[in-house]
Formats: sequence, structure tokens, C-alpha cells
Amino acid sequence: MEGNMNLTLKVWRQKNTNTEGNFENYDVKGISEDMSFLEMFDVLNERLINDGQEPIAFDHDCREGICGMCSMYINGSPHGPNRGVTTCQLHMRSFKSGDTITVEPWRAAAFPVIKDLTVNRSSFDRIISAGGFVSINTGNAQDANALPIAKEKADEAFAAAACIGCGACVAACKNASAMLFTSAKISQLALLPQGQAEREMRAEKMVAQMDVEGFGACTNTGACEAECPKGISLENIARMNREYFGAVLASKEHE
Amino acid sequence: MATSPRLDAKIPDGQLSDKWTKYRSTVPLVNPANKRNIEIIVVGTGLAGASAAASLAEMGYKVKAFCFQDSPRRAHSIAAQGGVNAAKNYQNDGDSVYRLFYDTIKGGDYRAREANVHRLSEVSGSIIDQCVAQGVPFAREYGGLLSNRSFGGTQVQRTFYAAGQTGQQLLLGAYSALQRQVGLGNVEMFTRHEMMDVVMVDGKARGIIARDLISGKLERHFGHAVLLCTGGYGNVFYLSTNAMGSNVTAAWKAHKKGAFFGNPCYTQIHPTCIPVSGDHQSKLTLMSESLRNDGRIWVPKKRDDNRPAAQIPEDERDYYLERRYPAFGNLVPRDIASRAAKERCDEGYGVGASKKAVYLDFAAAILRYGRGEATKRGMHNASTEELQVMGKEVVKEKYGNLFDMYKQITGEDPYEVPMRIYPAVHYTMGGLWVDYNLMTTVPGLYALGEANFSDHGANRLGASALMQGLADGYFVIPYTIGAYLSGDIRTKAIPTDAPEFVAAEKAVQDTIDQLMSIKGTKSVDYYHKKLGLIMWDKCGMARNEAGLKEAIEEIKALRKEFWSNVRIPGDANEFNPELEKAARVADFLELGELMCIDALNRNESCGGHFREEFQTEEGEAKRDDENYAYVAAWEYKGDSDYELHKEELVYENIKIAQRSYK
Repeated sequence: MEGNMNLTLKVWRQKNTNTEGNFENYDVKGISEDMSFLEMFDVLNERLINDGQEPIAFDHDCREGICGMCSMYINGSPHGPNRGVTTCQLHMRSFKSGDTITVEPWRAAAFPVIKDLTVNRSSFDRIISAGGFVSINTGNAQDANALPIAKEKADEAFAAAACIGCGACVAACKNASAMLFTSAKISQLALLPQGQAEREMRAEKMVAQMDVEGFGACTNTGACEAECPKGISLENIARMNREYFGAVLASKEHE
Repeated sequence: MATSPRLDAKIPDGQLSDKWTKYRSTVPLVNPANKRNIEIIVVGTGLAGASAAASLAEMGYKVKAFCFQDSPRRAHSIAAQGGVNAAKNYQNDGDSVYRLFYDTIKGGDYRAREANVHRLSEVSGSIIDQCVAQGVPFAREYGGLLSNRSFGGTQVQRTFYAAGQTGQQLLLGAYSALQRQVGLGNVEMFTRHEMMDVVMVDGKARGIIARDLISGKLERHFGHAVLLCTGGYGNVFYLSTNAMGSNVTAAWKAHKKGAFFGNPCYTQIHPTCIPVSGDHQSKLTLMSESLRNDGRIWVPKKRDDNRPAAQIPEDERDYYLERRYPAFGNLVPRDIASRAAKERCDEGYGVGASKKAVYLDFAAAILRYGRGEATKRGMHNASTEELQVMGKEVVKEKYGNLFDMYKQITGEDPYEVPMRIYPAVHYTMGGLWVDYNLMTTVPGLYALGEANFSDHGANRLGASALMQGLADGYFVIPYTIGAYLSGDIRTKAIPTDAPEFVAAEKAVQDTIDQLMSIKGTKSVDYYHKKLGLIMWDKCGMARNEAGLKEAIEEIKALRKEFWSNVRIPGDANEFNPELEKAARVADFLELGELMCIDALNRNESCGGHFREEFQTEEGEAKRDDENYAYVAAWEYKGDSDYELHKEELVYENIKIAQRSYK
């Protein structure tokens, strides 16, 4: 026992994609407020293993808030109650002893549950494959400083590029829309001169892929921006819409 | 000392500065029609793997890429913070290809291969060009040109960066290039797959056995060549800055199939990490070396001084790096900064509750930047408070995300109080031995990035890991692989029902069955933590003969206990993270022993390898160039049985000297 917090966890358990899941309750004792939320799960899992039960499966990797792998829906919020942090950077000092904490996986048709709290987010990779790049083969680049970019533009592109692809935006959205994720990549490249050549095609293809994957529509409630651990702005969605409608009009003209 | 006949580094003849240019222009080619029929397996999708997979696919090869994460974008390169070096000399401060080469060799304590390092330095500039062209948003100046900062062990500004998220931006660039090739059908991507073994046919690497981590099914994959881009093995220490899933399994399985392991004892302990807060600790978090551009490291001059930092007056503080190393000050290389911190804490000058920490203080930088801002804004009588407000804004722009992360983890605000930091395992310079082509001692099996041993000697300089990963993937392997594949154009794809594939799969299945059948009483983490403690205490920042000998015996005993008492819940034919961990820890339990054997063999101190018996009067690492100027490449001969092969390091261009940063 390292600390003196006692908590009740209500955790979603689901054997695999094809079975139904349900909540299970677990009491965890002796939690330190310096533990991260995932370390608290480590403590619980160690106990479950020692008791001959199956530990709870959850995604995690870097545990420093940058890989985007961790993905818990905690008390009705993706990544928990704090703004601007991922689950791995959420620490137990944000809770009180005696709290009951409900933990679920991301819920979205495009993110099927693999097991317990682990979901399949490969739909995001396919959206990037549809157009989230600059088509420049290795070895074709000019000298990096041959292309000056105004600092403000570069900073704005960087802010959009900070997306970690965790999917919290989708989990937060009542329509399970992937507009914030998709728009962040479209914005990053639309803001930079390197992205201009494929600008229209990119917006059209990425939006089309988003629809194919079964993500919902955007109704501008802003929940995605509020829950994004990296502060990706709603302005990106507005920019994406301009890019998309511009592209659609342009391709109609070409017809 | 003569180089073992088993180790042909294939370094091209000629002047150092001409070797790569000449070699690149004469290495055999594979014509486009033949490339379409050649399959290449790339394991790992970090900077080295993603860049290699994308580049090879662009060239026309058929590529299959594998990663254990749910997306290639999550590889741990993503967590690199500070930057990427390149000899662009954009700052007009005297940088050059030669200087980057020299700094890297010296930083590595004269234990790296000259030709490889020079090539790395030569291609460094192209990396920046390529990344910018992909849309990587590097930091820029108001004039629109790229910004640079300094890292340890250098006196120029050659580090390119994107706030404290450089690794993320570079990896997302490489990931975009990779996903483009996936979309075009040139790369087949296998996520949530773990490589379980290399398949050998007629003495050549011809494929892998992979486990689909969701279904638990084993799969056979053929490749004319196999590239391991699987990162380092710092997680052998349990606590490190690596990701939880980072592992040595691919490299270790390759080692057991004949790939020699180079310099396994060379481990980098990074000086500036957030200290351990308790037994629950699952990983350690780095605070970027870039912070040492502006942060000053100090401890109280008095032992066991329990006053808060703010109450310790300036003349009672010991800025020990500035005192001991005036020429480089707070920007000495990592091995030196780490040992100096350990020395102060061991002597009783440490701070914080555990006394295992030193301060990294930004107060002076905040005031300095504040004064700069005041001048820019024409404020001639700004108060200290006003200067601090303006200074904090500048510091926030430079390091904001790192300060936020520190606050999130520790609950303390580094804008107000100094950070507490302590060294932690970060990077492994050792890895699979490779020749100039990046091929291991197994024909057709390559190792790129942190997974190989080649460029950093006994200590890596900051911002050079990103450089090496991308150099290997974008600009080295696309050329050097031709030397092998040009001789392989007549090889047809080998069917995966060939006996070698069947046997390899069965061996993997047997190991999994054995692990699942133990049904013991202790979790995988229990063993992993125990191994980590042995390694940290006896093969960590300081090593000695007696400790290493003890460690070897302790690891053997622990390994035996693991194989008789580990408990893995669930089944093998389903998503089972505990089984994944068990298979990885089983390999760490073998690697740890080899690291200790290597550390015991190397009777000298160099870079990150510090043997207490071999130090100068001032406590600096004391090399033995006469007897140890070699790469130790270990051949696996059986359980606890390794044979040493030596590759002599010849310095024709650099005068080998005692490394000094004073």
C-alpha cells in the first residue's frame, strides 16, 4: 500500500468484438495520489492476476501523453475530468478517496471494441492514407531554407499538427464524428505552401474516407474541442469545410 | 588486435569524405521491373522503419510493414522531444559535415566507426530538406527561416526542432509518407502484430513468424530481405523513458539466429528525467535536453539542506556542471551530466524528499529573456515582476509543453520553483552489429536506427537519434540494400509452407505453449521489476567487477524462477497483453545477462559504460585505447554461452584523445 485513497471502479468488461459487454465493480485500496490513472489500473491488474482473474485490457504505450494510444472514457469524459491531458497523464490527485469512477472504452461504430477498454482505431489510418500527406518521394526535396514560411503560419500549422490521433474527439461527440481529427491534418497542410498542390484533392478524399468509415456528421456542439488533450481548435473544422466546399465546387467546374 | 574474420564491415576504400559519394554511385542497382518482384519485410514503424518502408515502396519494392501498436504512428520515436541535428550551418557559426562527424565521434568516446558516422553527418542536411518538404512544421524565425538551438556536447547551434515535440512531427511526416504508400497498395501494413522469429532458408533471412495480437494467430511472411527497425532495449531496466511496449524481442530472436550483438553494455542514462515517486512507478518521463540551453543545474553547497530552493541564497548553491566543466557548462554530454548528478546525490547533496534529485532552474533564464523583451518593447525601467512575466512568456513558447508535463506529473509549477530531475535509462547505443550496408551477420537481415549499434559509440549526443533513424531509413538503406538484392533478382518468392517456415512457426508455438502451461504464482511484472532492479543496481550508471558477477548469477536464477513460476492469465488464442509481456520479458531475462557479460569484459570506462575500477583522479571515465578500442560483437552459442568477436576501431582521420569538456 503506497497511499491512502480507496476507490470503487466501475469498468466495462467485454471479451471480444463479437460478444456483449457489461460493467464490473472493483474496489481498489491504498492508492497514492502521485499515481497516474493507468498506474492505478496496473495495481488493480496485478491484484486480479494474483487472485486468478483476468486483468483488464487497455491500450497504453508511451505514458507521457504523446503516442495517443491510451483511450479511457472516464466518468463520461474521454481521458477523464482534466482538460488538456491524456489518460496516462491524469493523476490520482484529481480524484478523492471514496469516489466511484466509471471507466468505458471509446464508443463509436467506427471504433469497434477489441476487448474491455481496447478499441480498433485503424479507420484513422485509412483517413490519412486517403490524402493526409504531401506527395514527395524521398530525395526530391529542395534546400529547406529555400522556402521561407511566415512564423505565424508555421505556428498555426504546428498547432494543428499537434493532434495525437487518440480519438477522444470521436468519443466526445454525440454523433461520433471524426471532423476534428480529419480537419487538423487538412488544416496543417492547407496552411503550408508544401500542401498547396494537392489541396483540393486532399480535402475531398479525406472527407469521403471519413464517411466510408461510418463516422457521424458534425453538428457544431464543440465537445471535441473541449475534450481534445492537445487543444486542437474548432477553427480547423471551419477551415476544412471551406477547403471541402471549395474543392467540390472546383471539381464541378472541371466537369 | 586484429578484427575477427567473421566481421567484415565492408567499409569502402578511399578518402573518408569520398567514401559514401563514391560507394553510392557504384553500388549495384535493381532495375524497376525486378523491384516489383522483390518483397521486403520491415519490422517496426518508428523513424527508421516508417522512413525505410516508405522510401523502399516509392522505389518500387513490395513492402510488408509490421508494428505491435494499433497504428504505425504510435512508435516510440513519437516521444522524442528536443530535436534533430543536421550540419546545415544555417546559423553561420562554423558548423560543417566534418564538425558534426567530429562531435559525434568524440561524444561517443571514440568507440564508433568513422565511416558510418561520416556518412550520417553527410546525409543529415537532406533529412531536414525531406521533412520540410513533407510539411513538418519546424520552429521558424520571424524571417520565415528555420530556427536552431544547441544540444549537449556541441558548441554550435545545429538542432532543428518543433517545440518539445520534434519526434512527433518527424514521425508523423514519415508516417504520412508510409500511409501514402499503404493507400497506393505498395505497402501492406500489419498493425498489432509482433515479430516472434526470423525464418532462415539456406543461411539467409527469408521471412518472419508474426503473431496477430488480436486473434493470437501465428502467421508466416516471406521476404527477400528483412529489416529490423525495432528500437532499443532500455526496458530491460523496467523503469526507463521507453514506451511500455518497447522491447528487444525482434533483435534478440535475430541474435539467436546468428546476428551478432554489438556492445550490449552501452546504455545511455539521460540526466534530466522526472524522479521516481514510488513503487507504483511504471515508467520515467524525460525532460528534454534542450532545457539545458536555459536551465541551470545546481544543488545546495551544504549536505542535507532541507530549505526550499527559493530560500537558498545564490552563494550557497553549487552549479556543479558550470564549476567542473566551464567550457561546456550545463551542456556537457549526457553521460557526464548523469554521472555528475549521481556523484552529488551519492555524496549527500541531493534535493527533494528522496534526496535522489538535483535542481534544474529557469529563474535566471526567465529574467534574461524578460530583459530581452523589455528592450524590444522599449521598457527601460521594467520591474523585476514585469521582467518575470515577459520572460515566462518566452520560456513558455520554447518549452511550454514540457513545463505542462512536469506540472501534470509532479504537481509542482516549474515556472515558480526549479524542476527536480534525476538520471534515467533512455537509449541503448548497443544493438545488432551491422556492416556499412546496415546488414547484420545474417545475410539478408538488416538493422536500422536504435536497433543497430553503429553510429553513437559509447554515448549518443542529444538530437542524434532522430538524425540516425531517418538517415538509415531515408538515405542509407535505399541505396545499400541494392548490394544484396541485386544478387537476388532470380530468387522467386518462397512459399510459406516450406519446411523452414513450418519449423519456425512450430518453435514459436512451442514457446508460447510452454509459457501458458507454467501457470505459476507471480505476474510477469513481478519478474520484470526484479530484473530491472538488478540491472539498475549492478549494470546501471556505475558498474564494477564484483557487482557484475553477482548480477549474472542473480539473472540466471531469476530466469529459472520465471520459467517455472510465471502466471499468465487467459488464453494464447486471443488478445492477451500479459502473454505479450511475458514473451518480451523472457527475452530481456537473457539479454540482461549478456549486457553484464559485456560490461564485465570491457575493463575500461567509456561513455555510458562506467566501470568504477577505471576512472581518473577527477572521477572521469578512463578509457583503455590500447586494449579496448574495439566493437564487442557477441555470437550466441547456446544458453548463457556467448563468444566474443572483435572489430578493431581504426581512427584514420580523428586523433583519439582523452575526452575533455572542461
